[in-house]
Amino acid sequence: MTSNVINEQSTQDAHDDGHHDHKMTGLKRWLYTTNHKDIGSMYLWFSFIMFLTGGVMALVIRAELFQPGLQIVEPDFFNQMTTVHGLIMVFGAIMPAFTGLANWMLPMMVGAPDMALPRLNNWSFWILPFAFAILLSTFFLESGAPNFGWTFYAPLSTTYSNGSTAFFVFAVHIMGISSIMGAINIVVTIMNMRAPGMTYMKMPLFVWTFFITAYLLIAVMPVLAGTVTMVLTDTYFGTSFFDAAGGGDPVMFQHIFWFFGHPEVYIMILPAFGIVSTTIPAFSRKKLFGYSSMVYATASIAFLSFIVWAHHMFTTGMPLFGELFFMYCTMLIAVPTGVKVFNWAATMWRGAISFETPMLFSIAFVILFTIGGFSGLMLAMTPVDFQYHDTYFVVAHFHYVLVTGALFSIFAGAYYWLPKWTGYMYNDTLSKWHFWCSLVSVNLLFFPMHFLGLAGMPRRIPDYALQFADFNKWVSIGGFAFGLSQLIFLVLVIKCIKGGKKAEAKPWDGAEGLEWTVPSPAPYHTFETPPKID
Amino acid sequence: MTNGADKKTLSTQTQQQAADASVKKTVKKLMLMVFAMFGFGFAMVPLYDVFCDITGLNGKTSNVAARYNATSIDRERTITVQFLTRTAKGIPWQFEPMINEVKVHPGERKVVKFYAKNQSANAIVGQAVPSVSPGQAAIYFQKIECFCFNNQPLNASEDVEMGLQFYVDLDLPEDVSTITLSYTLYDITSAVDS
Repeated sequence: MTSNVINEQSTQDAHDDGHHDHKMTGLKRWLYTTNHKDIGSMYLWFSFIMFLTGGVMALVIRAELFQPGLQIVEPDFFNQMTTVHGLIMVFGAIMPAFTGLANWMLPMMVGAPDMALPRLNNWSFWILPFAFAILLSTFFLESGAPNFGWTFYAPLSTTYSNGSTAFFVFAVHIMGISSIMGAINIVVTIMNMRAPGMTYMKMPLFVWTFFITAYLLIAVMPVLAGTVTMVLTDTYFGTSFFDAAGGGDPVMFQHIFWFFGHPEVYIMILPAFGIVSTTIPAFSRKKLFGYSSMVYATASIAFLSFIVWAHHMFTTGMPLFGELFFMYCTMLIAVPTGVKVFNWAATMWRGAISFETPMLFSIAFVILFTIGGFSGLMLAMTPVDFQYHDTYFVVAHFHYVLVTGALFSIFAGAYYWLPKWTGYMYNDTLSKWHFWCSLVSVNLLFFPMHFLGLAGMPRRIPDYALQFADFNKWVSIGGFAFGLSQLIFLVLVIKCIKGGKKAEAKPWDGAEGLEWTVPSPAPYHTFETPPKID
Repeated sequence: MTNGADKKTLSTQTQQQAADASVKKTVKKLMLMVFAMFGFGFAMVPLYDVFCDITGLNGKTSNVAARYNATSIDRERTITVQFLTRTAKGIPWQFEPMINEVKVHPGERKVVKFYAKNQSANAIVGQAVPSVSPGQAAIYFQKIECFCFNNQPLNASEDVEMGLQFYVDLDLPEDVSTITLSYTLYDITSAVDS
């Protein structure tokens, strides 16, 4: 007894950051918290708010494109909408949602009491709202918000900037610092805090994908920070990194940007792979097929992501050798990705499958993400890319991988762990409504975009030729339906927090992992003494 | 009992310290990676220049005068060299080639003239920046003398004829039969003044 008390005392003395048992109340609890579960929840809520904000901007875009001609907004405001929609969805919705899931689940999955650097964790969350406040504040400037596209190509963001560049740059700096700190925390936690006996190849695949994603973030977010800094000095301090008059080169901007940009794409999809690799085995009641091949496939995708960046720039006039190199490397990515898709299918093969909502979202993920992957393969072919470049085909492609890919996986994860987070089962009927409405509307929203793109409708233009009118009408209807469907999710989550059927410690009979060994809702502190893994 | 507890405390503490130390070590390594990659972002700027110099990527041509060292003139091949000019936003100059295209044999020297006129009421310093298309021809397009090597000051309403002497290398790839040389003229008055 005495020994236990002393023992606990000494542990607390050694690092008393994350282990206050007295919870503060009200706002202070959330401001000062270093608890990974609190921070995870804040990340998830923040990303949902940003998801709705960016979603409203998407609806402005779709409202304007409902009919040909200019009806609702000015072209300049339309450009601001496409730009800020992209920035918010990438940096504000998808990435923080994944960080939130990592915060909540990683320590529990590796049997650690908290993230390795709890104070840093608090900081990396709390600077995010400021970054987005700066970005969104530009709407109240006379010149308006950034209108140069989320890719901020020079000279659009330098010579031709409307004056919002500085705000944009500082917002991105802060988002980058937040991501880097979050990534460092994830790597340090995984490397140092695993329960005794949990070797690297025994880690859940969810942990592996976040581990590799965190490394990607550490490698490329500093490059993004460098790029925006160059844009800043080009715009305001007379340097000429991207200005031909002073010896610079605007095409170099694209090289540096996409050196960040392509790994960034995988930063937004690798964690999704981790989530569905958790849910599919659980609801197929089988072990994940080909665990180690999944790990190696994830690592290969991460490696390849660094040598394919110029496939975004086929039309800039590269030498033939360059075009071929980037084309073949890009196509090579289909191999490890194919390994993953086949492994998921093989996991389901002859499994005792049940179709709970997390599984529905996961299956939809596998099918729809694969469609996005195939259109990516089409875009990888240099000769045809000249036709598809900058059309709605590209828009369809990356929305299939990011919405029905990344976002659907986040929904799958949220439904899967919601009972663990809240202690209650969610309303099953509502969740089915959410899934089916989302599934139908998202395809109505994005599938016709393929045809529009192939027929030649350019992206980022507020008007279009008359022959595109019918498809655009359907796309806009799909857009509004998809947007409204997400409100079902909001209602469902709020209801689930307030109450419902009590959740057992392990509500899914096929689920595996340490997180299901603790009660539901997960206690404020878990695994103060590490579990033993054999 | 007490003794045992102490021992246990001690061992937990050492374990804790060891864990903290390894956390610190990992953090340091990762921070190093962050700074290295931030540096790499900037290192890409000179790397890109070197890469373009070697490969002629993006149609960048040399900024220094080439020596004429062709050993012969290849009269079998005729290359069309086209000239394009444009003025960057904000420079009120008239700027155009005095001949739109010339036919040259590889190894043959050629002189062409460009015309520029300052149409404003102020003295302006202009700088022309060349670019060659297709990009792979850039390293075979040799400028012996070019107005783009220096800036060009012009007083109000002053005009000037500017010369370019060039030749095309003998080992220009077989599939290139037309080379387009494009000049963009920039206003660099403020940069020159400061």
